[in-house]
Amino acid sequence: MSGKPRLTYFNGRGRMESIRWLLAAAGVEFEEVYLETKEQYDKLIKDGFLLFQQVPLVEMDGMKMVQTRAIQSYIAGKYNLYGKDLKERALIDMYVEGVADLMQMILTFPFSPPDAKEKNLDSIKERATNRYFPVFEKVLKQHGQDFLVGNKFSWADVQLMEAILAVEEKIPAVLSGFPQLQVFKTKMSNMPTIKKFLQPGSPRKPPPDAHYVETVLKVFKK
Amino acid sequence: MAGKPKLHYTKGRGKMESIRWLLAAAGVEFEEEFIETKEDLEKLRNDGVLLFQQVPMVEIDGMRMVQTRAILSYIAAKYNLYGKDLKERAWIDMYVEGTTDLMGMIMYLPFQPADTKEKNLALIIERATTRYFPVYEKALKDHGQDYLVGNKLSWADVHLLEAILMAEECKPDILSAFPLLQAFKGRISNIPTIKKFLQPGSQRKPPTDEKFVAVVRKIFNI
Repeated sequence: MSGKPRLTYFNGRGRMESIRWLLAAAGVEFEEVYLETKEQYDKLIKDGFLLFQQVPLVEMDGMKMVQTRAIQSYIAGKYNLYGKDLKERALIDMYVEGVADLMQMILTFPFSPPDAKEKNLDSIKERATNRYFPVFEKVLKQHGQDFLVGNKFSWADVQLMEAILAVEEKIPAVLSGFPQLQVFKTKMSNMPTIKKFLQPGSPRKPPPDAHYVETVLKVFKK
Repeated sequence: MAGKPKLHYTKGRGKMESIRWLLAAAGVEFEEEFIETKEDLEKLRNDGVLLFQQVPMVEIDGMRMVQTRAILSYIAAKYNLYGKDLKERAWIDMYVEGTTDLMGMIMYLPFQPADTKEKNLALIIERATTRYFPVYEKALKDHGQDYLVGNKLSWADVHLLEAILMAEECKPDILSAFPLLQAFKGRISNIPTIKKFLQPGSQRKPPTDEKFVAVVRKIFNI
């Protein structure tokens, strides 16, 4: 028996948060090991745990999985969140990749220099409201279904939900022009596994703060 | 009848090259429509055929697919280059993400400021020889088989060959410490579909030179 998946990462969102969301949405309990020092990180590398010397690392089903997208694809495939056929999978992949590009901007934001922060925030707002959210608003409007793909809960819905909440933290009124996404957000929030993940005490991590940035820079310092 | 896939991109490698490689390796003939000016890109955007206003875009099987990874995953699965089960797919995904990271560094090199080129090239060579190539060398050594995953040609092998050739363009003897990768390179290059792609006159694109960088900058306004 493999036991619960074990996640190794910082005690913060970063690239692991999407994986936490997906496991939680699938109703899968997991353990976490937090990276706090450079020594810990160097030891993981020395012991051969990190295929490309990088985290996230997820130990599950006898594998030491690395590379965020590979991990997410595996979880989605295993827990039936990847559509019913190749074409649905293609749509899910397209949607997820688009959202990931938006999330990348949010991910790097805390690490940008203070004088670039305002510009970066404007970029996030512009991309969210002009490039990404309109696509999903249109998809939901056109088919009138609750979920993005195949009338069934999938990885795409989880990823979009995560992105909506992350952008709202920075730009609270960002969904004001997107009525379908507002309804979507409410529906997703009420799905039992997601509802549980959104409650205090869940493995969901808070927005990155100065301490998080400091820890990351310290651990990755050459 | 679906017809041949149609690729929309510039006349250079960029993010589309891996897609050209994979289609070619799978023995799939494809057409290309080249974006040569800013107006060409604007037209695609105004016609509403680019989901997130970006290329690559591939018309295939009635879909207008965007997002490189989504397109590659679809092609890999359709043409049986994605392993036989979830776990093999996970390994292929992990390996491909590694070569993607390496090729990403090489792809951006011509676009970097002249005074950082030397430093960035050194980093590419360091990463190739200490982070990425050792992983694939070891994988081949550990199982002693001809292909990276499941004793069968997969997307991972095609992607690795592409990465090896790109890295060699940076430093011709970059494989000197990797005997198994040298053998791998020879073997995979001799697969008939790949051999054909490596011959002059194929749809393989040349490395990006300074002149082409200027063209790309103009088209994408970067």
